[in-house]
Amino acid sequence: MIKKKEFVTFETAWCPGCGDFAILDALKESLQEMGKDPHRVLVVGGIGQAAKTPQYINANGFESLHGRALPPAAAAKIVNHKMTVIIDTGDGDSYGEGGNHFIHNIKRNVDMTHFVHDNQIYGLTKGQSSPTSDIGHVTDFTPDGVTSTPINPMASAIALGCGFVARAFSGDKEHLKSIMKEAINYNGYALVDILQPCVTFNKINTFAWYKKRVYNLDEDTSYNPTDKIQAFTKALEWGEKIPTGILYREDKKSYTDHISFLQEAPLIEQPVETEVIKGFMKDFM
Amino acid sequence: MNFNLLIGGAAGQGMETLSFTLSKLLQRRGYHLFTLQDYMSRVRGGHNFFQLRFSEDRVKTHRDDLDGIIALNQETVDLHIGRLNPDGFIIADEDVTSDDPRLITIPAKRIAKELGNPKVQSSVILGALMKLYGMDVLHLEDILADKFDEKVINQNVEAFDKGHELVDARFEEPEITKEPTMMVQANESIALGALAAGLKFYSAYPMTPATSIMSYLVRKQKATKMIVEQAEDEIAAINMAIGASYAGVRAMTGTSGGGYSLMVEAVGMAGIMETPLVIAEIQRPGPATGLPTRTEQSDLNFVINSSHGEFPKMVIALRHPEDAFYQTARAFNLADKYQIPIILLGDQYMADAVRTVTPFDVDKVTIERHLADEEIYRNGKEYKRYELTDNGISPRLIPGNVAGTMVNSDSDEHDEMGNITEASDVRINMVEKRAKKLELLKEELLEPDFMGEEDLDVLILGWGSLHSPLSEAIELLNQSGEMKFGTLVFGDIWPLPEKRLRELSGKAKVLINVEQNYTGQLAALISQVTGIRVNHSVLKYDGRPLSAVEIKNKVLEVLR
Repeated sequence: MIKKKEFVTFETAWCPGCGDFAILDALKESLQEMGKDPHRVLVVGGIGQAAKTPQYINANGFESLHGRALPPAAAAKIVNHKMTVIIDTGDGDSYGEGGNHFIHNIKRNVDMTHFVHDNQIYGLTKGQSSPTSDIGHVTDFTPDGVTSTPINPMASAIALGCGFVARAFSGDKEHLKSIMKEAINYNGYALVDILQPCVTFNKINTFAWYKKRVYNLDEDTSYNPTDKIQAFTKALEWGEKIPTGILYREDKKSYTDHISFLQEAPLIEQPVETEVIKGFMKDFM
Repeated sequence: MNFNLLIGGAAGQGMETLSFTLSKLLQRRGYHLFTLQDYMSRVRGGHNFFQLRFSEDRVKTHRDDLDGIIALNQETVDLHIGRLNPDGFIIADEDVTSDDPRLITIPAKRIAKELGNPKVQSSVILGALMKLYGMDVLHLEDILADKFDEKVINQNVEAFDKGHELVDARFEEPEITKEPTMMVQANESIALGALAAGLKFYSAYPMTPATSIMSYLVRKQKATKMIVEQAEDEIAAINMAIGASYAGVRAMTGTSGGGYSLMVEAVGMAGIMETPLVIAEIQRPGPATGLPTRTEQSDLNFVINSSHGEFPKMVIALRHPEDAFYQTARAFNLADKYQIPIILLGDQYMADAVRTVTPFDVDKVTIERHLADEEIYRNGKEYKRYELTDNGISPRLIPGNVAGTMVNSDSDEHDEMGNITEASDVRINMVEKRAKKLELLKEELLEPDFMGEEDLDVLILGWGSLHSPLSEAIELLNQSGEMKFGTLVFGDIWPLPEKRLRELSGKAKVLINVEQNYTGQLAALISQVTGIRVNHSVLKYDGRPLSAVEIKNKVLEVLR
């Protein structure tokens, strides 16, 4: 029996009250409740405050370069698809520096779960605007307010063909956990954009700001998350009301499902086909 | 005999099939050959040519003067006739005109039309060419079997026979000792070496002239149960390869200089994470887009110094197809042993040149993974991914295999457990631990190849693909009788092996570096590492390969 503390490690570098704590806690509890073995879990981060998550959880960890969490995570899963692969990293890492990987890993559809700690601000570099900062948001680097259109991760992911698109709020742990579990269980690339306050650098999108706006879509029995058009409409909702929950899901084959020899064993267990390779020399004779 | 032919035409004129068929016919008859393609960065049109040198003896490199021109259009004659030897010949269709008595025209197009397939004009020409060289009984159908259906094969065979009847033999075929050869490019050799070494994951973004490594692997991925992934960009390609290596398989990426420029941050990550990685960097002239389809050796400095910060890496310059095969396989063992990135430097010249070589021996390739013993960790020993050891090499485990044991890797500085730290003492220990590995690696470097006279007057220094032109140039220079010449051609180039260099440079009166770049990067490296000053340089940077004759002439020129 695995106890929760098995996923616990040492002290963090996060500010007191940071949304990261709740996300980390929810992740540990979700993995625990799902009965995962820590050594069969890989947590990958990029660079940033959220990206330090692999450091604070007792599992295999890969703390990559800024913006580059997705490529090594995808490859690690392709190599050993029996592992549970989770990416925990921020909105800058995911949608800014790593934007191209975000697009293409939706296409690639490797079975992994991407938790974006979205606080609409850059924390580690001390308070610049992020790809999801709202228009008008004043920061040190945008003294007249943000003028560029924020990325809408939900609408973008649905448009790109992502099979699991969800939004959560770090202030509602039980809901967050239920989404996390669904996302981890989903066979394919699952995106969960987690709204979280940055207590130090974001004085606009505070805990209270989110708390007032978010509502639980999963409780709405009339909502059908397999309806893409409806999901897209929901994804555009932002402002006075912000939907959280599974906005869209679609079951399809993941990357490794397409490769016939991986159905017998993961790539890591495949032997070197020396005799076959010897035969290749004849093609050149 | 030793003949040098040129086949020229516009892209899309069937030149490739003609070149391939001719090469295969000669190879199967027991000839050794070397072929070189000169193509422009476009899919159709433009002037393209193919050079083929063949002999009953080994042929390692190209030659510039021509013994024959096979012209598929007028332009080929106009552009290359100046290089044709006085007793050479030109074979072309009747629509090619010239006052030159060396021109032999044949009604290739007319015959092809009569046979109902205009494309078989090249087989008419091929038939005539084979007859000139006194070659009979050629099994064209065997060579075309994989390429065309029966009808087209028959048309080609008929066309070939008609061409064969059109001319008289000019040469007599020599006695040939038939030994099996492989006709192969360096990039294919890299791919074969990697497969033999147990490559399981290759991620790359297509870039000339590295793409052919990927395209070969793609064709073999099912048979060898490995995965080739076309990444969204070079940054993803290398980061994927590192993730795959971390997860436990042998992984590789490949690109040219422009793509490698995008990769360098991750090269440093492999360095600090101590994750084994093999990268093929197939050079072309830069900077930026440069000359995409041409050759240069101008990335040596860049690759040695690639990525910020200090960490151990190894650079191996590949010299010829056999070297590419065995060195690639060796690189995987060294990368695993020292847990470092290793860069294989090739170039367009060797990537696209095809030559006959002794078949590669897969049995000579060993697979040494250097992974830690999982049992001791199952039995309770605490696992530290970055454990400080005497030689700097830490135990590497595959994540997921040992319950209770986590593998933590970071691009940030970290302690023995893989936890991020800024502690001064830990930082010092980790920098020194990584540096130690390079010191250990230096003990098993391969000294450069030496060719020529040991009691030399002139030592010529080169690296990579110039191995073949230099080996022939040295023979020519020593035949010239002016002085005694020898050459050292580096394969392992970073860290720089110094033993033979120090020994021979002490004996030589003059040192000359021969390189395909403007700044003389090898000479600068030698000076930086050993303090040895190279007196003269022979440098070429027009994107075209140096030939043996060119090297000989330029070396004699600088000595004057």
